[in-house]
This record gives sequence, structure tokens and C-alpha cells, in this order.
Amino acid sequence: MTSVSTREPTEVKKSGGFTASAANYIDERTSVSGAVKELGRKIFPDHWSFLLGEVALFSFVIILLSGSFLTFFFDASMAEVHYDGSYAPLKGIAMSAAMQSTMDISFDIRGGLLMRQVHHWAALLFVAAIGLHMLRVFFTGAFRKPREINWVIGFVLFILAMAEGFTGYSLPDDLLSGNGLRIIDGLIKGIPVIGTWFSFLLFGGEFPGTAIVGRLYSLHILLLPAIIVALIAMHLLFVVVHKHTQYPSAGHTNKNVVGYPILPVYAAKAGGFFFIVFGVVMLIASFVTINPIWNYGPYDPSPVSAGTQPDWYIGFADGAMRLVPPGWEFVWLNHTYSMNILVVLGVVGLFIVTVMIYPFIEAWITGDKREHHVLDRPRNAPTRTAIGAAGVTFYASLWAAASSDIMATHFHLTMEGVIHTLQATTILGPFLAFYITKRVCLALMKKDREIVLHGYESGRIVRLPGGEYVEVHQQVDDFERWKLVSYNDQKPLMLRPNANGKITVPEQVRAGLSRWFFEDRIAPVDQVELDQAHGAHHTEIEGSADKPAQISDK
Amino acid sequence: MNPASKARKGRKAGRRHPLASVALIAIGLLFTGGAYAAFSTTTASAESDANSQQTIDDGEKLFAANCATCHGLSAQGSGDGPSLIGVGAASVDFQVGTGRMPLQMQGPQALKKPVQFTEEQTAALAAYVASLAPGPAIPEGEVLDGEGDAAVGAELFRINCAMCHNVAGAGGALTEGKFAPSLADVSAVHVYEAMVTGPQNMPVFNDMNISPENKRDIITYLKYIEDNPSPGGLAIGSLGPVAEGLFIWIFGLGAIVALTVWITAKSN
Ligand code: HEC
Ligand code: HEC
Repeated sequence: MTSVSTREPTEVKKSGGFTASAANYIDERTSVSGAVKELGRKIFPDHWSFLLGEVALFSFVIILLSGSFLTFFFDASMAEVHYDGSYAPLKGIAMSAAMQSTMDISFDIRGGLLMRQVHHWAALLFVAAIGLHMLRVFFTGAFRKPREINWVIGFVLFILAMAEGFTGYSLPDDLLSGNGLRIIDGLIKGIPVIGTWFSFLLFGGEFPGTAIVGRLYSLHILLLPAIIVALIAMHLLFVVVHKHTQYPSAGHTNKNVVGYPILPVYAAKAGGFFFIVFGVVMLIASFVTINPIWNYGPYDPSPVSAGTQPDWYIGFADGAMRLVPPGWEFVWLNHTYSMNILVVLGVVGLFIVTVMIYPFIEAWITGDKREHHVLDRPRNAPTRTAIGAAGVTFYASLWAAASSDIMATHFHLTMEGVIHTLQATTILGPFLAFYITKRVCLALMKKDREIVLHGYESGRIVRLPGGEYVEVHQQVDDFERWKLVSYNDQKPLMLRPNANGKITVPEQVRAGLSRWFFEDRIAPVDQVELDQAHGAHHTEIEGSADKPAQISDK
Repeated sequence: MNPASKARKGRKAGRRHPLASVALIAIGLLFTGGAYAAFSTTTASAESDANSQQTIDDGEKLFAANCATCHGLSAQGSGDGPSLIGVGAASVDFQVGTGRMPLQMQGPQALKKPVQFTEEQTAALAAYVASLAPGPAIPEGEVLDGEGDAAVGAELFRINCAMCHNVAGAGGALTEGKFAPSLADVSAVHVYEAMVTGPQNMPVFNDMNISPENKRDIITYLKYIEDNPSPGGLAIGSLGPVAEGLFIWIFGLGAIVALTVWITAKSN
């Protein structure tokens, strides 16, 4: 059963016995009952998409646990050793102590390979779950006031997760990760003036040097996790403070939350869900190889393997580099300017910043200062949904480009063909996706309107006494109708002069953007229309049509 | 396996099984590079101990019928195929033995196909081409036995081959639709021949680049990874992070999303 949280707390009856006295003992010493009562009464709505953030959280817990195990055996040193473990094809090969200890974890420490695979798969899942969670938040407008800051925190977590992933990927000092670092080194060196200095600073001298693994290790197990844990705590605190959002549905308003209280139902579900996620990761880690460093061998600056790629979450950056056409470098004053690198850094950087501050951009364009606790159905915010689709297309094109070689061999295409196609989808795809998505959203809204006014087609054909055939339209019930009509009808901002009676340029830009954002819209069905439609054709449902089926936002 | 002893055994058994002996003799031929042999058509018996000249003549006939359209009547080359003078028996054995030749259609690269010729016919073609000018012979003996040093082989493989074929021999893309194929299930003799002849876009690794002993190590490494499945479980094509990323999105997150739907499903 679901319950509705309101601001008045209700009394909970206490039961006697050992539990009660133990609880009492603790409470008298910690006064924790207030917090438990407050938190335990928090309501969480039940929808699968609300669990994606939890998947990320749980993956992070798995990463912490398995990572701690790995630190017991990993040696973050680049001292040269000769491998003497049990993997025959590397016997006697010179490698760093880091690589050797990773090999030992994989082959000579009981449970080591499993833990490595758990750690790595959980890391991939962590970032993927954050990504999906972010998409959910974006497309349902959950980032709107008062949650803008939490969106930024979440996005920073996404970036930090990628940083964690990349530093971890580089630790074994195998051929694959060494090539990844070499690309980073190249990127840094491509930055004018500071590049070379910065590279030397980072690597402690000429690449690859003997310092980088130790440095990345400090970041990977100390600094980055500490920041992540702190930000996760803030992120969750905000979720509690703001209360959870909910999907539009009968009885869901901006002033309530409909769902389960944390204690006991939600906590039990979430606790169980943790083990489910853990189980899935374990299962994958037991049966599927990840990062077979024994194939890659130790890092050596000369070889590069075909199919060298970063982990998926860095793929978009790698892909962006691959999409740059040749010949963008130029020489000026005896220095080479690598536009192939700088443009990529610029474009990817701009994209990241735009996504991070999107809530503020949208709020500025729409001028919407109200709090929103009921989510948008994506179709009811066509322009935002279309922007999202454009962003996804852009990102996906870059991402796909990182596997251009694999696509070429596996689909029997030419590498050039793949790259040129992706260049086109990177640039034109977002526009196309924007246009199509917006049209689809508007069409869906029109259909919703149609359904509210005239019901949906029941598939039942009736022959009238006069011989005419008609299809019976079935009216939607009140619950369904609420969902279909209760959305905000936003209009473009009016261009208004400011206090000095002037119309400033930023205001003009803003009004222009607002017009673009809202010009195509389908107004929700209002009461008058509903009455008319139903009065005219469907007198039989008059009785239920007088219920308020619309939320006014004035 | 020692090919010479094999051929000897084949000859002994041949008195009892004439047809089997033909095949075995042909294998012997293959390994001895057509220096001496008995070649015949399907009607041949073990007794037809043809000399190498006859093999070469047969090869020439086969060549004229199947290859000359592209390679020219005396293998001098044409607009449709390169000259084969001096490519050696190893090149023919590789190209015909992996089904790449006869070329079916012009494309970015000659693809592997079901092999079109019997082993005797392949050997005859090889003998014919080898007779035109000296070139790399078909390898034989211990270089193919896979008993070398896998660690040395792995390192040489990473340095010399992995940029095209991927560290685990899973294959990789080259430009303009060309690609370095996967090396799984390629026989030792073809690996060796590929190295010494450098088919199409593959460079030649002659004995100065990689000594026969080291070639043996490379073959040993390839055999090792073929015989020992990944200790971590399914290798998902040994394609690296792309395959891993797809896997986690489709199967990992896919499974978890399905489970979230299940958990939040209303019980009624
Ligand atoms: C349709 C035309 C065609 C036919 C038929 C054909 N080839 Fe080829 N062959 C080619 C081409 C083209 C190449 C060059 C491939 C390349 O390097 O990209 C080639 C290459 C070769 C090579 C490798 C040459 C080298 O440099 O190592 C050999 C050996 C060979 N062919 C043998 C044969 C034999 C034997 C036959 C007959 C069974 C045959 N080919 C039939 C077109 C043909
Ligand atoms: C420049 C890229 C390149 C390098 C380096 C390279 N190869 Fe190749 N390799 C190729 C290409 C391209 C082919 C396909 C040739 C064809 O189809 O005729 C090939 C084919 C092969 C084949 C035949 C596979 C089959 O399916 O029949 C073998 C075996 C092989 N290579 C082994 C090696 C080994 C061993 C090395 C290292 C010593 C190596 N290659 C280095 C590009 C390369």
C-alpha cells in the first residue's frame, strides 16, 4: 500500500521486549530516534526509473569493497622487475612492479581475479548507471527548481566517476592503459605554451617516467573517492531535503509525495535491491573477462594493439579525436598549433559545461521560478526533450566513433566510410534528432488531447439502426485523464522594458530563446473544452466530467 | 610431427588403401616443397611415382585453367593480378591453401574462402610457381611444432603484429576496407607462410627481421592463446573495451533495469 506524506507526523506505537529496550538504550545515549523517525517517515515514490540512482550508489559500494581488497595486493611502483608468476606467456618479461602485482592478483592470489573483475565491471556499471539516471532526470525535468544544485552535484559526480575510472584503468601499467596515458600526454602537450611544462609536471619528467602510476594511485584511492563520498552524501541529503519527485498521476501534487515510507518498506526493498545489484555484478564478473592485462602485456612505448580503446565512458572523447579530419595543425612562429586537439578540447569542454549548467539555462529561458515536484512527461516539454535527443545524438556519435575500427571490421565497412558517416551524424544528427523528437512530442500531445476529449478507439464497431457503422470511443477514466491534462502550459516570455524603460539586448535574446522554446505547443485540455466535448457527444459520462481534471498554475 | 616419417608411414599404408595413400603422399609433397613426388589425378594409384617435372606440368595446366586469366599465362602478371615470378611455393600454398586464391572478385582485399583445390593440386600449383624462379619454400619441421618460447613469442607478437592483428590475434581494421584478419584457427604452416610472404597489406617478415626460431615462438604463443581460454571467463571476442562497454550496457544495465521494473511492479 502506498501512503501520503504530509507535514503532520503521526504517532507510532512502540512494542515491548528486547528490541524495545535495546532501542531505548541507544536512544537515551544518542537521541537518534528523532532522526530515525524523521527519516523513516520519508516517503519514496515507487517507480523503476527512480532506482537508477540507487544502482549507481550500490555499484559504488561494490567498488569500494572490491577496491579495498585490491589495495592489499597492488604495488603502485614502476620499478622494473621480471615477471615470475604463473602465466607462461609473460614469464621472464620485464615489467613494472605495478603490472607484476596486478598479474599476481589475477593469477596467484586466491579470489584476486574475481575481485579485479568485480571492481572493473562495477566501475563500468557505476558510470553507466549514473548516465542513465542523468537521462531520466533530464527528460523528466527533475532538475528544475529547487533541484538545480543537485543536478550540478550529480553531474560533477559523473565527471569524477570518469576520472576515477580513468585513473584506475591506468594503474596496472599494461600496454592498453599505457597507450591511454600516451594519448592524454599528447593531448596535454597539444595545449600551447603550458602543454609541455604541464606534461612534465604530471609525469615527473619525460613520458612515461617512473612516477605516474604512484601519483594516479593517490588520486584513485584517496582524493577522488573522498570527494565522491562527500558529494554523494550531499546529493542524498538534498534528495531528502527536497523530497523525491513523482510522476504526474491522480493525487500527485507539488505539495505531497505518494509512495512508501523509508521504514520499513522502502529500506527493505532498497536493501534487497543492493544484493540484487551485487549479485548481477558478481555473476558477470565470474563469467566474463574484463581487461585481460595478460594479453596486453606490460607497457612499452613502441607497440600499440589494434582495437586500442579507452573504457566506454571515455570513449566519447577518444571518438571526438578520431572524427577530426586530417591537416588541422598549422605552424606559426616556429610552433605547431594542433587544432586537431584544441578544437576537440574546446567542443567537448563546451558540451560538458553546457550539460552541467543546463538547469540554469532553461530556467533563464523559460523564466520559470516556481518549484516543481511533479515531473514532466517528456512529451509535455517538447523543446527540452528535443534538446535532450540532440545531445544524446551528439554524444552517441562521438561515442560510436571510438569504435570506428571495430565497426569497420565487424560490419565489413571501410574505416573511412564509418568515420565520414559519423562526422555527418555528429554535426547534422543533432539537428535532425531535435526536429524529429519535437514533432513526435507534439504529435503525442495532440493525441493525448484527442483522447481526453473524445476517448480512445475501443476497436468495437457498432452498426447504427440507420445502417451506419461507427467505432465506439471509450472514455478514459479520471485517473488517466489527470495524467493527460495536468501539465503546465507555458507561454513565451513577454519582452518587457526594465526599470529604466529600456529593452536590453540580453532580454531580447532571452525573449527570442523563450519564443523558440515555447512557440510550438499544445495547450492542455481545460474544463470548458472538456465539458463541451463531453456535453456534445458523450452525455453518459457527464457525471464524472465535473471533477477537476486540470491543475492551474496561476 | 615429423613430415618425413609421416610420408614414409603413408607409403607403407598405401598398399592397403590406395586412395588414402594419395592424400598422404600429397601431404608429404606439401612439406617437402614438391622436390620429389608422385602426383596424379583422381584415377592415380600409389604406383604412379611421377617426377617433379610431371607435377610441375600438372601445376602449369591447373594454373593455365584457373589462374592465368589474372596472373598471365606464364605467371608474368596482368592488369588483374600481380606477377607470381619469385613469390615462391610458400606464397601459393598460403593463398590457395587459405582459399584466398583463385580470387573471386576484386575488392579491398582477397578474402578467405572455402579452399578450392585439393592438397595435391595446391602442391602442384606451388611446385609450378616455385619452378619459375626461387622464392620462399613451404616451411616444414620443428618451426611449426609450437614448442618454442611463448613469452618471447608473445613479446614479438606485441611488437610486430599486434598493431594490425590485435594483442590477442582478434584482428583489426586497416584503411579503405582492408583489415588484418583474426588469427584464430589459422594453421601453423599458414602463420609461418604469412610471415615470410607478407600477403597483400601485411609486411614481409624475412629471416633477418624475425629468425625462424622466433617465428616458431610466435606460432607457439598463438597456439597457447588458442589452447588456453581466457582465465577470466568469456573473452567476448577479445575486442577490448568496446565489447566490454557494450556488454555492460546491454546485459549488465539491461538486466538491472529489468530487475528494477520487477521490484517496483505492483503486486496486484
Ligand atoms: C580474379 C583474378 C585472380 C585469379 C583468378 C587468381 N588470382 Fe592470384 N591474385 C590476384 C590478385 C589481384 C592478387 C594480388 C592481391 C593483393 O596483393 O592484393 C593475387 C595474388 C596472388 C598471390 C600472391 C602474390 C604475392 O605477391 O605473394 C599468389 C601466390 C596468387 N595470387 C596465386 C594465385 C593462384 C595460384 C591462382 C589460381 C588458383 C590465382 N592466384 C588466381 C588475382 C587473381
Ligand atoms: C601492417 C599490418 C600487419 C602486420 C604488422 C602483420 N599483419 Fe598479418 N596480416 C595483415 C593483413 C592485411 C592480412 C590479410 C592478408 C590477406 O588477406 O591476404 C594478414 C594476414 C595474416 C595471416 C593470415 C590469416 C588468415 O586468416 O589466413 C596471418 C597468419 C598473419 N597475418 C600473421 C601475422 C603475424 C604473425 C604477424 C607479425 C609477425 C603479422 N601478421 C603482422 C596485416 C598485418
